[in-house]
Amino acid sequence: MHIIDRRLNPGGKSLENRQRFLRRAKALVQGAVKKTSQDRDIRDVLEGGEVSIPLDGMDEPRLRKEGGTRDMVLPGNKKFVEGDILPRSGEGSGRKSAPGQGDSEDAFRFVLTKEEFVNLFLDDLELPDLAKRKFAEAESEGLQRAGYATSGSPANISISRTVTRALARRVALRRPRPQEIAELEAELEEETDEGRRAELLAKIEALKAKAKRIPFIDPIDIRYRRFETVPKPIAQAVMFCLMDVSGSMSEHMKDLAKRFYMLLYVFLTRRYRHVEIVFIRHTDRAEEVDEQTFFYGPASGGTLVSSALQCMHDIVRSRFSPSDWNIYAAQASDGDNATSDSENVARILTSNILPVSQFFAYLEVGESGTYSFEMPDSALWSLYERLRAGGAPLSMRKVRDRSEIFPVFHDLFQRRKTQERAAS
Amino acid sequence: MSELLFEGADWNFSTLQRIHDTCETIARGELGLDTYANQIEVITAEQMLDAYSSVGMPLFYKHWSFGKHFAFHEASYRKGLMGLAYEIVINSSPCISYLMEENTATMQTLVIAHAAFGHNHFFKNNYLFKQWTDADGILDYLEFARGYVVQCEERHGRVAVEHTLDAAHALMSHGVDRYPGKKKLDLREEEKRAGKRRLYEEAAFNDLWRTVPSGPTKTRAVLNVERRRVLLGLPQENLLYFLEKTAPRLAPWQRELIRIVRHIAQYFYPQGQTKVMNEGTATYVHYRIMNRLHQEGRLTDGNFLEFLQSHTNVVFQPEFDDPRFSGFNPYALGFAMMQDIERIVTEPTAEDREWFPDIAGSGDAMAVLRDVWANYRDESFVSQFLSPHLMRRLRLFHLHDDPAERAGIRVDAIHDERGYRRIRRELSRQYDVGYIDPNIEVIDVDLAGDRRLMLRHTVVKGAQLNETDAKRVLQHLADLWTYDVSLTEVDAATDKVLKEYVLNPRIQPAAA
Repeated sequence: MHIIDRRLNPGGKSLENRQRFLRRAKALVQGAVKKTSQDRDIRDVLEGGEVSIPLDGMDEPRLRKEGGTRDMVLPGNKKFVEGDILPRSGEGSGRKSAPGQGDSEDAFRFVLTKEEFVNLFLDDLELPDLAKRKFAEAESEGLQRAGYATSGSPANISISRTVTRALARRVALRRPRPQEIAELEAELEEETDEGRRAELLAKIEALKAKAKRIPFIDPIDIRYRRFETVPKPIAQAVMFCLMDVSGSMSEHMKDLAKRFYMLLYVFLTRRYRHVEIVFIRHTDRAEEVDEQTFFYGPASGGTLVSSALQCMHDIVRSRFSPSDWNIYAAQASDGDNATSDSENVARILTSNILPVSQFFAYLEVGESGTYSFEMPDSALWSLYERLRAGGAPLSMRKVRDRSEIFPVFHDLFQRRKTQERAAS
Repeated sequence: MSELLFEGADWNFSTLQRIHDTCETIARGELGLDTYANQIEVITAEQMLDAYSSVGMPLFYKHWSFGKHFAFHEASYRKGLMGLAYEIVINSSPCISYLMEENTATMQTLVIAHAAFGHNHFFKNNYLFKQWTDADGILDYLEFARGYVVQCEERHGRVAVEHTLDAAHALMSHGVDRYPGKKKLDLREEEKRAGKRRLYEEAAFNDLWRTVPSGPTKTRAVLNVERRRVLLGLPQENLLYFLEKTAPRLAPWQRELIRIVRHIAQYFYPQGQTKVMNEGTATYVHYRIMNRLHQEGRLTDGNFLEFLQSHTNVVFQPEFDDPRFSGFNPYALGFAMMQDIERIVTEPTAEDREWFPDIAGSGDAMAVLRDVWANYRDESFVSQFLSPHLMRRLRLFHLHDDPAERAGIRVDAIHDERGYRRIRRELSRQYDVGYIDPNIEVIDVDLAGDRRLMLRHTVVKGAQLNETDAKRVLQHLADLWTYDVSLTEVDAATDKVLKEYVLNPRIQPAAA
């Protein structure tokens, strides 16, 4: 008999079959993913989870019989005698339809991993054209390991490599080990015979001389880690979240904005290795804050959108050089702005912000209950509309309800069709 | 008293070895079992799920449907709707048993006794398995199948391979030979036989026979039909075999894929027919072995109670009106029948002597059981060995549900003198694959016309095919056949045509 421990075998034996299944069911699963994501919290959405798809197209048909006269033998008779007639709806009719057979119309439920879920969720989205162009062009120098060299800076000495080589050399040249000498010396101490002593002494001397001739570490052993510079595309992005926090913004509106920001964040993290977030909130003056304060900190005052834009511009100038960073900005507001501020907003936006940003989205949030097309154009909306008509690459949407966030997001990043292309 | 096999719940590999060796002594010595060599593999829950999705086999070719099953099992396992099996055992030589790492030492003992000896003996000795499966070759064959499918995918594209496999899977239930085939003709034997026949004819020659009128001469058309049917081997109920041999436009690799699916279907064919017996045997064997171990003092009372608890769960049979009822539990019925046979052999009543004159009181229960395990399948097993005593104990009754009967369902027989034989007949019929699977045959091909493939479903007791599924399967069949396919459902009793399906193949690639 053999006992074999299979527990250490590589797992994921079914992974390929699973991928085949997902590929085959892609359209269905994608639909299901979108549907599930609508009534879930954003945090949960991206955790993956259970989806259910209709079995249509995924079934494995078999030739099977149904109906007709049935005979069955059952256990547990209590009171029946031969010839009894049992009413059909009552007990004893047996629930004969075997589970898993008759339910071909039913939905098929299974669990997607986080990775699979996000992949499917964002599968048909892409960065806007403008961003892609820049993304492809912009390159920076990066360092990459490229083996070992015989020369280099001391900081780059590869100790393990050096020691290994030294050891090999010492063995090859038969350098006497200290232990060997120590043994001979001990023998010398105890030895009384003069002739033997002289012999030992000579031997020790010879060994010591040899050890001196063959150094422990020779300069030829030393190896340095070598690096090469390689061009690397910029793999970092910064995402600016701008939000109006004046008194007119309700909790509901902030919630909508937050959902949008999180989606954008997830989307960006899938495209860039490193994504920074900058939160800027503003009333009539703007400040950079942390996430907690951004969403939950109390604030009140008037509304000056230009202050936030100015703030963003300053931060970009001081910390995020556009040549190194892909800059994304999303602004959420209920649309209120001081009329006198329009000029400033237009100026900062068109001359300072839009030229360096890959993408600028404006999200106008409103109270739930009414439909977004019923929202009257606000001051800010009309201003941006005007800028857009003038050729500024702005994306803007109105959102009223939680369930609209996903469609709007999808809409914004959909593989480009027509209208926005003209603008960007 | 000998020493304990283990203490507590922990085990390691030397414990497993000890358990196996002890069980082996009992199984061979006391029960007289004859098994393949054992190979015991310890696996994790995830690997168990993997095994589930590839029908329990350690390796299998890749197909999306296995991924679907995996996703499904995984979802229900995660939600806690489904526990995993303690073991999976494979009919191969050496016999591979998978043990879950989570099992306690008691459970490992139970599982080794159950799978590595009970199932193993059954696989090696039952006539169906001997006839239909090749335990030595199956793993190599699966290895070949997996490699071949990969090769086909590289050469002909994944989509094409997937289509073929989908179609073959749909027809899998009708891709088995139900009767052992004709033996290959041995030419030398044939010559001898012809010579003998001639000698006989010469010896028995009588000119009178020449004058006896023969039947009406067959017309050319009838002869043609007969010739065609002989050439195509009709009627044929193994649809996959028929396609593999005669489908006009299949590529050689498609035929090979169909052959692979057919061989695998054939390999699993005995398992479907011996669920009750197989589980009954294994349960009976583990029950005997565990009891012996306890008696010999090699299991503590605590461990034995743990065993009894899970044993009782396994052989629990809910009654028909219990919400948990979903048909007969093969473990329960099988185990009950095995024990009942033991009782009949060792302490028969007068009734048993009347019903089972051959075995009642013969004394050697194991000899009788080994014979039963070797020579029966569920259907014949039930119809031979279900005793009135057991029918009374299980309180069996027979319901007859005729949709035409307005009043309701009739209780046709109960566990009484008048009903025993009828109940036994009906129950054995529930396990008769020839009865459960729809009887579908290829009856003809219109070779002179549009090459339509004609199938016939002989409808028994009014049970017709599920329409949606039938259409889908026939569509797959038509795609492989590449010409029209028709299926007529004919009532067995009246020969009346109940329904007719005709399907055209979906467009085929121009290359074919």
